[in-house]
Amino acid sequence: MSDTKKCDDHVLHKSRRKMLKGMAAGIGLIAMPGRDASASIWEEFFQKNFRELSKDELKAVIARLEKDYSKQYAKQITVKTTPPIEGVRYGYGLDLSRCIGCRRCVYACVKENNQSRSPQIHWIRVMQLNKEKGIDLSHAEHYYNPATVPEKGHFYMPVQCQQCEKPPCTKVCPVQATWKEQDGIVVVDYNWCIGCRYCMAACPYGARHFNWAKPSVPANDINPNTHYLGNRPRPKGVVEKCTFCIQRTREQPGRYPACEEICPVGARKFGNLLDPESEIRYLIENKRVFIFKEELNTQPKFYYFYAT
Amino acid sequence: MKNIWHFFLGTIVLISKGSKGYYCWVLFLLSLMTIGAFAYAQQLNEGLIVTNMRDQVSWGFYISNFTFLVGVAAAAVLLVIPAYVYHWKPIKEIAVLGELLAVSAIVMCMMFVTMDIGHPERFWHLIPKIGLLNFPQSLLAWDVVVLNTYLAINLTVAVYILYNKYYKREPNKNITTPLLLLSIPSAISIHTVTAFLYNGLGARPFWNSSILVPRFLASAFCSGPAFMILIFFLVRKYTKFKIEDEAIQKVAEIIAYAIFINLLLLGAELFKEYYTATIHLDSFRYLFQGLHGHSALVPWIWTAMIFNVTAFVLFLNPATRRNNVTLVMGCILVFIGVYIEKGMGLVIPGFIPDVLHEIYEYAPTGIELLLAMGVWATGLFVFTMLLRVAIPIMNGDFHVADDGVGSYIGDQLFLVQQPDAVISESEPVI
Ligand code: SF4
Ligand code: SF4
Repeated sequence: MSDTKKCDDHVLHKSRRKMLKGMAAGIGLIAMPGRDASASIWEEFFQKNFRELSKDELKAVIARLEKDYSKQYAKQITVKTTPPIEGVRYGYGLDLSRCIGCRRCVYACVKENNQSRSPQIHWIRVMQLNKEKGIDLSHAEHYYNPATVPEKGHFYMPVQCQQCEKPPCTKVCPVQATWKEQDGIVVVDYNWCIGCRYCMAACPYGARHFNWAKPSVPANDINPNTHYLGNRPRPKGVVEKCTFCIQRTREQPGRYPACEEICPVGARKFGNLLDPESEIRYLIENKRVFIFKEELNTQPKFYYFYAT
Repeated sequence: MKNIWHFFLGTIVLISKGSKGYYCWVLFLLSLMTIGAFAYAQQLNEGLIVTNMRDQVSWGFYISNFTFLVGVAAAAVLLVIPAYVYHWKPIKEIAVLGELLAVSAIVMCMMFVTMDIGHPERFWHLIPKIGLLNFPQSLLAWDVVVLNTYLAINLTVAVYILYNKYYKREPNKNITTPLLLLSIPSAISIHTVTAFLYNGLGARPFWNSSILVPRFLASAFCSGPAFMILIFFLVRKYTKFKIEDEAIQKVAEIIAYAIFINLLLLGAELFKEYYTATIHLDSFRYLFQGLHGHSALVPWIWTAMIFNVTAFVLFLNPATRRNNVTLVMGCILVFIGVYIEKGMGLVIPGFIPDVLHEIYEYAPTGIELLLAMGVWATGLFVFTMLLRVAIPIMNGDFHVADDGVGSYIGDQLFLVQQPDAVISESEPVI
C-alpha cells in the first residue's frame, strides 16, 4: 500500500510541477505584452474611464499615449481631446440615387481613421442591392467585385454607424466604455473597453468592429492627427466604430468626414442638425428620406434619401 | 478562527489522500487543465483571432458553454425546494451535492466569460465603485451581480452546513433557512437574467422573443438535474455515501415534466416562425434546414432533437424511468441534447444571418475546443475536490478529532468501487 502511495505521490508532484510551469508561462505572457514593457503598462492598467479623468490626469494620459504612439510609429503623433461644440448635433445624409458603389469612402475611412490593414477592418460596408428587389438585405451582395461599377440593374447602399439617438450599443455595455457625446457622436474609450462584444450583438447595423488581433497599420500610412475617442491607434481586444471623423468634424472651422470628402458623385452630405440653414436640414425637409430599420426605434442620425 | 484554520488544514490533508482511481482522475483533470492553460496563453498572446469568431459571429463556443452552464448551475434549486421547502428527507440528505454542483458550474461560467473577453485584466472595471459597472442599464452588469450573488449564497450555505457537521454541531437554522430560501429566487434570477441578456436585443430577432426566458428555465431543469442524477449514481457506486432510489426517482420525475415543457415551448416558437414565415425565419431555417447552402448546425440540432425526444420517452415511461440503465441513458441523452440546443444552437443562429444578412459560418477552432476542455476539466476538478471533502463529512468519516483540535480522517480512500471499500473501512487511520 505504501509503495503504491509513494508512486502516486510522485506522479502527482510531477503533474503539479508541469502545471506550475504552464501557469508561469501563462502569467509571463499576461505580464509582458510585448518586449518594451515599462512603467506605462501599470499606468495604463490603472487608468480611469475617460469621463472620470480630471484635467491633470487627462494631460498625463495624453502625454503617455502620444509618447508611446510616436515611438511605435517613429513619427510625431498627436492625440486630441477636443470636446463637443455647443449647439451642434451632427447628421449625415446619403443619396442612394447617386451612390455608384465605388467604395472610395471605405478606403478613405480606413486611411483617415487608422483602421487595421491586417486583419482588415472597415467601418463602412457598401452593399450591392437588386433594383428589382429594393432594399431587401437577404439579396444583398457584400463582396461584389466587378471591373467597373455601377453594375446594371443594381444600386448601392453604404452602411456605417448611424449614430443612433437611442443607441442600443451603449445601453448594453457593462462598463460604460461606450457612450453618446453631446454632439450625438457615439464613442468608445479603447482604454476602458473590456472587449466583451455585447455592444456588437446589440447594434442592428453591424457598425461595431472588434480587434481580433493586434491591429497593424504601416508606419508611413498612419494618420498622425488623432483624437482620443476616435482614430488613435487601438490595442487588440477592443471594439471600434465610425465616429463621424471626430478628429475632423470637431475642429473650428470644422472639416468634413473623410468619406463625405472623397465621394466622387456627391452622394454624401454632412452637417449640423440644429442649424436650420444647414444642407442636411434642407435635405431632410425636402427630399424623400428614410432611416434604416426604423422599426427598431434606434433613431439614427444617418438619413438615406433619393434626390432624384 | 483557530477552528477554521484546523478545518482547513484537515481538508488539505484529506484531498491529498485517495485511492489509485482518485489520483488517476485528478491527474487526468490536471493534465487537461494544463493543456487548456497553454491554449489560453496562446490566445492571450495572439488575441481572439485564434478563435473562429469574427465581427459577423462575435460570440461563439465560449459563450455557448457559458449559457448552458448557467442552466446547470440554476438546477441546484430543484433539490433545495423539495429538501427545504417541503422538508422531504431523502433529498434533504443530498441537497448539498446540488449546491456544490452549482458552485462548480458557476466557476466554469465565470471562466468561460473571462476567456471570451478581449481584456480580462480589465475585470476591475466591472467592480462597482472601483470600476464603472453599468447597473441597472446593462443586462450583462445584472448577470455579473446575480452570478456572484448566487455563487456566494451556495458556497456559504454548503460550507457552513459542512463545517458544522465536521464539528458535530447542528447548523444554526436562523442562518441556513434564510440563505436557502434566498437561493431559490437567485437560482431563477441567474437564468432569467442570462436569457434577458439575449432577449433584450432588438437587433437579433432570433433571440428577441418573449418565450426565451421560459425556454431557458425549462431546459435548465432538464440538463442540470440530469447531470445531478448521473453524479448520484457515480457517488453511490464509488463512495460510501448512500443515496436512496426514492430521491433519484423524484428528480427523474421533475426532468420528465421539464423536458415536456421544453419541447412544448420549442414547438410553439417553431410554429410561430414557420407559419408567419417573415424574414426572421432565416435564423431558424439556418438552424434546422440550412440557409443558402450553409448548414453547419443542422446535423447537430437534429441530433439534439432526437436525443431530447428519446430522453422524454425514457423519462415518461415509468418502466424505463425506474430502470437504472435506461434512466442513465436518458440523463446522458438529455444532457447532450440540451447542451447542443441551449449552447451553440441558441447562440450561433442569433448571428446567422447577421444584421446585414451576411452569412458567416462559424465552427470553433482547435484552440477554442482545447480551452473549453480545460475549463470543463477545471470545473470537474473543483467539483471533485468539493466532493472529496463533503462526502466524508456527510458520512461521518471526516470530523474533528476527540481532542477537539486535530481532524479524524476515516476515509483514506476516495473513489473506490463499493465492495472494495468495505475492506478498507476496517482500518481507519488518523
Ligand atoms: S449604429 Fe450601432 S454602433 Fe452606431 S450608435 Fe447605433 S447601435 Fe451604436
Ligand atoms: S465590447 Fe467594450 S464597448 Fe462593447 S459592450 Fe463590451 S466593454 Fe462595452
